[in-house]
Amino acid sequence: MKNRSWAQLIAPLILLAFPLFVDSDYYRHVVIMALMWVVIGSSWNLLAGFTGQVSFGHAIFFGIGAYSAGLLKMHLGLSPWWGMLLGGPMAMAIGFVIGWICFRLRGPYFALATIAVGEIFHLLFKYFNNFTGGMEGILIIQTFRSKLPYYFLALGLAGACVLTIILVMRSKWGYYFISIREDQDAAESMGISAFRYKSLSLMISSFFTGLAGAFYMNYMAFIDPEVVYSLHYISIMAILVGIIGGVGTIWGPAVGAFIMVLVQETFRSSIFGLAPDWVSEAHALVFGVLVMFVILFMANGVVGDWKKITHLFTGKKQAPSTNGSAA
Amino acid sequence: MSFFEAIDITKHFGGLAAVNDLGFEVRQGEIFGLIGPNGSGKTTVFNLINGYYPLTGGNILFEGRQINGLPTWKICKLGIGRTFQVVKPLRRMTVLENVTASAFNHTGDLKVAKAKAEEVLDFCRLGHKKDFLASGLTIGDRKRLEIARSLATSPKLLLLDETMAGLTPQEQGEGVELIRKVRDSGVTIIIVEHIMRVIMNLCDRIMCISYGMKLAEGLPEEVANNQDVVEAYLGKE
Repeated sequence: MKNRSWAQLIAPLILLAFPLFVDSDYYRHVVIMALMWVVIGSSWNLLAGFTGQVSFGHAIFFGIGAYSAGLLKMHLGLSPWWGMLLGGPMAMAIGFVIGWICFRLRGPYFALATIAVGEIFHLLFKYFNNFTGGMEGILIIQTFRSKLPYYFLALGLAGACVLTIILVMRSKWGYYFISIREDQDAAESMGISAFRYKSLSLMISSFFTGLAGAFYMNYMAFIDPEVVYSLHYISIMAILVGIIGGVGTIWGPAVGAFIMVLVQETFRSSIFGLAPDWVSEAHALVFGVLVMFVILFMANGVVGDWKKITHLFTGKKQAPSTNGSAA
Repeated sequence: MSFFEAIDITKHFGGLAAVNDLGFEVRQGEIFGLIGPNGSGKTTVFNLINGYYPLTGGNILFEGRQINGLPTWKICKLGIGRTFQVVKPLRRMTVLENVTASAFNHTGDLKVAKAKAEEVLDFCRLGHKKDFLASGLTIGDRKRLEIARSLATSPKLLLLDETMAGLTPQEQGEGVELIRKVRDSGVTIIIVEHIMRVIMNLCDRIMCISYGMKLAEGLPEEVANNQDVVEAYLGKE
C-alpha cells in the first residue's frame, strides 16, 4: 500500500517533467495519446467498473466531443478550441438521453444497446454529409506547431478526470455507484434510485470522454466518422484500457492507457524498425493475446492484481487474504 | 389514521392470484408476524409493500399516505426498510461500506453516514467484523448485515423476511434478542418466519395466509390454535 501511494505522488511529477527531458516530438506524441486514453479509460471505468454498466459505445461521446469542436469551425468559423467548452456538455447531454433510453435494460442487454446506439451515431455522421462533412471528414489547421501546449493540456485533462473520479468515489455518489454495481435490487431497497445514479455516472463519464474528443480534434486536426465513431478504435480500446489496467480501480485505466498505447506504438513501428514490416500489422493480435493473458491470470488487471505481480518477482507465495474473501 | 394499512391488495401473476384481496393493519410499535405454508404469498406481500412488484388491485397506506405506485427507493426514503429472504450482501464491499451506503439515506455527509453505520453495526453486534468483505461472512453474519443495512436507512417500519432460516438455535436466540432490541428502539416490524418458536416468542399479533388469502389473524395463541391454520400446515384429518 505504501509503494502505491509513492507511485501516485511520483508518477504525476515524472509526467510533468517529461517534456523537459524528452524533446522528441514522437515520444511526446506517444505520451499525449496515452494521456488522452487515461481520460477515456478512466471515464469508461467510472461507468463500467464502478457503476457496473458496461458500455460498448464510448465512441459516441468521443465523437460528439470531436465533432462539437470540428463543426464549430466548419459551420461558424469559430476556433475549434471553443469545442473544449462545448464538447463536454454536448456529450453529457447526449449521454443523459442515451441513459434515459438504455438504462431500462440491465447487464448484457445494456451493453448490447450501447453497441447499437454507437453504430447509429457512426452511420448518422457518415450519412448527413452536408452537416458533418461525411466521409471526407473535417480538416483544420493545428494552432500550435510545438507539442508542448498539447502535452500540458492533455496532462491537465487527465489530472482533472482522475481527480474528479477520486472525489466522486469518496462521496455518497461513489458508495451509491458501487452499491448499484453489486446488487441493483438491494440498492433500490436501500433508498438508492438506480436510474438517477446510473445517469449521473454516465453523465460524468460522457462529459470527460467528450472533452477528450474535443481535444483530439484540436490536436490531430483531422477527424472522420470512421475514426472517432469507431467501435474498435475507440469503444473497444476504452474497454481494453480498463481491463488491462484494472476494472473498478481508480488508477487501473491510467496504467492501462500507458500499457496499451506503448504496446500499440511498439508494434506499429515494427518494434522500432528492428523487426520485419509485417510486425506492424500485428498490434491487434498482440492486444488479443495480452487481454487473454490478463483475463486468465490477472482478472483484476495490472493495478487490481499488483500484489500477484510483485510476488511473481519476489518469489513470495500469495498471502492468504485476511478476511477469507473469495473476491 | 392507522400507521400501516393494506386494503384488499391483490397480485396476479398471469392467471395465478399470488395475493388475493388481502387486508390487514399494523399498529405503530408492534411486531406483526406473517406466517403461512410455503408458497402462500408471504414474500410477495413484502415485494408489494416495498414496491418491487406493482399491485394488481388494492391500496397500501403508510402513515396515511398511499405508497403503492411509488418506486422502491422512494418507499425506503419514506421509512420502510426491508431485508431479503435470499440475502443480498454487496459482496465486494466491506461490511462497513455496505452499511454506510444505506446510511446515506437521510444525509449526504460521509462522516455522518459512517458514524451512523458504526453505531448500527455495534447495535447488531457486527462491529468487530466491519472491515471484512461482505462476501467472506457466514450466513448468520450475512443475515445480521441485512438487518444492519436496513436499519441504517432509519426505517419506521421494517420488513424482515425469514431472517432466522438456516441459523443454529443459538444464533436464532441472538436474532430474537436483536429484533426485540430493534423494536424497543422504536421501529415497527413485520416479520415473515417459518420457525414457530421464534414467531410465538416475538410477535404481538400474527396473521396467517394461505393461497394469498387470510386464514386467521390475532394473538399468537389464538392463531396457533385456529383450526384452519392447523389444517393449512398439517392437512385435514
